[in-house]
Amino acid sequence: MRVKLEVNGVTHEREVEPRTLLVYFLREELGLTGTNVGCDTTSCGACTVLMDGESVKSCTVLAAQADGRSITTIEGLAEGEELHPMQRAFREHHGLQCGYCTPGMVMAAVSLVTESPDLDETHVREGLEGNLCRCTGYHNIVAAVLDAARSSREGAW
Amino acid sequence: MSILGNRVLRKEDPKFLTTGGTYVDDLPLEGAAHVVYVRSPMAHARIRSIDTSEAVSAPGVVAVYTGDDVDLEPMPPGAPFANPAMVRPWLAKGVVRFVGDMVAAVVAETREQAVDASELVFVDYEPLAVVIDPEAAVDNETFVHEEAGTNVVFRIPEDFVSVGMAPPEAATEPPGLFEGCDVVVRQRIVNQRVAPCPLEVRAAASLWEGDHLTHWTTTQAPHAVRGSLAQTFGVGEEQVRAIAPDVGGGFGAKIGGYPEELLVPWIARRLDRPARWVETRSESMLSLGHGRAQIQHAELGGTRDGRLIAYKLGVIQDSGAYPGFGAFLPTMTQMMLTGVYDITKVFFTDISVATNTNPTVAYRGAGRPEATAAIERMVDIFAAEIGMDPAEVRRKNMVGNDRFPFTTPTGTTYDVGNYEATLDRVLEAAGYAELRAEQRRRRGAGGPKQLGIGLSSYVEITNGIPGSEFGSVEVLADGRARVRTGTSPHGQGHVTAWSQLVADQLGIAIEDVEVLHGDTDLVPRGVGTFGSKSLQSGGVAVFQAAEQVVDKARKLAADLLEANPNDIELDKTNRRFHVAGTPSASKTWVELAQASGDEGLSAEVDFAAPGPTFPFGSHLVVAEVDTETGGVVLERIVAVDDAGRLINPLIAEGQVHGGLAQGAAQALMEEMCYDDQGNPVTANLADYEFVSAAELPSFETYSMETPTPINPLGAKGIGESGTIGSTPAVQNAVCDALLALGVRHVDMPTSPIRVWRAIEAAKGKK
Repeated sequence: MRVKLEVNGVTHEREVEPRTLLVYFLREELGLTGTNVGCDTTSCGACTVLMDGESVKSCTVLAAQADGRSITTIEGLAEGEELHPMQRAFREHHGLQCGYCTPGMVMAAVSLVTESPDLDETHVREGLEGNLCRCTGYHNIVAAVLDAARSSREGAW
Repeated sequence: MSILGNRVLRKEDPKFLTTGGTYVDDLPLEGAAHVVYVRSPMAHARIRSIDTSEAVSAPGVVAVYTGDDVDLEPMPPGAPFANPAMVRPWLAKGVVRFVGDMVAAVVAETREQAVDASELVFVDYEPLAVVIDPEAAVDNETFVHEEAGTNVVFRIPEDFVSVGMAPPEAATEPPGLFEGCDVVVRQRIVNQRVAPCPLEVRAAASLWEGDHLTHWTTTQAPHAVRGSLAQTFGVGEEQVRAIAPDVGGGFGAKIGGYPEELLVPWIARRLDRPARWVETRSESMLSLGHGRAQIQHAELGGTRDGRLIAYKLGVIQDSGAYPGFGAFLPTMTQMMLTGVYDITKVFFTDISVATNTNPTVAYRGAGRPEATAAIERMVDIFAAEIGMDPAEVRRKNMVGNDRFPFTTPTGTTYDVGNYEATLDRVLEAAGYAELRAEQRRRRGAGGPKQLGIGLSSYVEITNGIPGSEFGSVEVLADGRARVRTGTSPHGQGHVTAWSQLVADQLGIAIEDVEVLHGDTDLVPRGVGTFGSKSLQSGGVAVFQAAEQVVDKARKLAADLLEANPNDIELDKTNRRFHVAGTPSASKTWVELAQASGDEGLSAEVDFAAPGPTFPFGSHLVVAEVDTETGGVVLERIVAVDDAGRLINPLIAEGQVHGGLAQGAAQALMEEMCYDDQGNPVTANLADYEFVSAAELPSFETYSMETPTPINPLGAKGIGESGTIGSTPAVQNAVCDALLALGVRHVDMPTSPIRVWRAIEAAKGKK
């Protein structure tokens, strides 16, 4: 079947098998390997991307379901050389180690803060429950998201 | 001013945050066939037949292989002492021994085709009796390996005595072990099996070009992989290039070579085309090595005034179906048996057994967390028995600062420590007296929400395996420096820390240091990243290489400036060498590198530390336990850790955070479970209780820096401390909350059902 979708601002039209998952479409068709696969039960969130601005786990969305939609992956988050405030906060707070969960975690965090810029620590922790990280113990991720949320409230986004 | 000790932001991060890392499965490999393994759904069965005919003719299938097809020498034994009859086959032959054991390899043009075809391989299994419970395995008449005639892999002390590694008298319990004790407490403790769960699962890709193999793999030790491949395929090491690109976590489980990975180059060679493999998470849960898995019988004796005298620990170690490193974890448990305490009389035994489960391996701490968990739990039980504050019992028995180097009764020599100071600091930081007052208040009020305060003081061994590690520094013609390191990182921030070490020595910018790692063609030799060894081995090697480069540059500058080398100073601010007192007569790194000719300005160091180091600390956990539901909320985790001198406190803290989370996860939630027929019941991330942000508090961490004399940086390892300290602190907090209800011990994970049952059982006793 044929799908047409916008990914990081560029429109792509491709013939795909109906069973093709969005994450494999991104990784294998478009070569956008920043989005990772960490599980097979929609548990880990490593594959999180934005679909029309909201976070989705791209391992649980068919490419066909993304037809006509707009997708943002980690590769499309920065404005040229200028990191997105969430990316900057992750770096400044050492919110990543091995980097594998990072793209999904950042995209989930962007969606979370966009939805609720006034969130507190508990809200961040519950909001990111579906994104697993084995390295950081989440402490610095939570600090980064709270910091980025602050900058969002101050109009930096 | 030195940049060592500064919170330098990581150089690694921009890539991970913008395009993502480059992991094995991200690499393009033109023309690669995809491998999928067919795995046993039975824990123990005879293979009557394997029918691959439908799979072979399925769309896109290139080949299907079974155990009889693999014409390689047998895999080497997983560890010294391992019974040769328990060696793992490349693919199962005749018998499968755990759920996940590999029966066949299906190779197809695409991954999807290989997955589809793998479901068309029909295996006729004849079920056999299983051995799942490690305690029952010891004397069981059912054997995991029939030919071995036993399930016992290894015994301490017997096997040490028999090979002369321990004296004959060590074979039996010392007479009168508990003589002089007013009180002896006993407890059976389960240190449960857990899944390491690096976020990146295993993957490998292989390309043969003539007799030369390039092999990409997600490993902690690429040079060891090169060695295994050369041995397996009968080629020289120079014909093998092993590459660990970005590696998405390892936690010990990615140290060893697995048959899944090593078969990929065999398939590539056989098909004369590149081949690649990536597992699913559910496969990973079945077959990436598991950690811990000890059953411990502990006895601790002492006086009524709180002095500990004698300690006995008997371990049954579950090694899984094909015993490897997991069987030898108890050797490290033995090394760290008495922890931070001066207990003079001890006896340690271990029986490592094979079972019809996934093999166990090193997992963040590897044998040491099990030692700490046992002694720290027992100290609390002892304290409760004599009615003394557990902090006080700890304080009374800690090895004093004037005792170092201190040799323990199991023969381990601790380099340097300041144990009591970490206890004082954590008690003060947590507000211990106020916490106890609040606990008393809640106990008095008798409500459902009770408070538990858990302590743990630990010491652990890092860089524990003797040997050297490689590091080199080269100043390039443009004045930048290139580092090659044998410790291949997977999240630990070596690129940044090693850049700091070199920038500090050379007086150049951190950005001007390039660090090469993880590619055996770029780094001539190396050991790898595990056992919290990197900074104190590979980091020191790089540091010393940088020192040597500075010396060479100084001599060259002296020649060029016609001065005595002793009069040449390196002005790190202005980044040039000059004659003392004459700043105008100077040479820059660029000038010196260009003047150095063919020889270049470089140095290689293989640093062998004279011994391991022993980081230590104290952790305190506050937990609220709902006595009506058994639910536990971790309110606070306060940690004081001393890993000697810190090069980058930001990175060190990150290591502590990750360790705290993993340790708390084991204590509270995580367990890899098999049913009594050996069926895994937690074999994906929906069923396995992988800890998330929602179950953890923010951490309160403090560092102390007591430099070690063992290496010139004064640094110890910090990779595993968090895990080692936090696990018993969390467990002790849960048990402490229940103490007034008559509950003496709850095994890990202290899940709601277990806590609730313990409360109900205690009610029954009353």
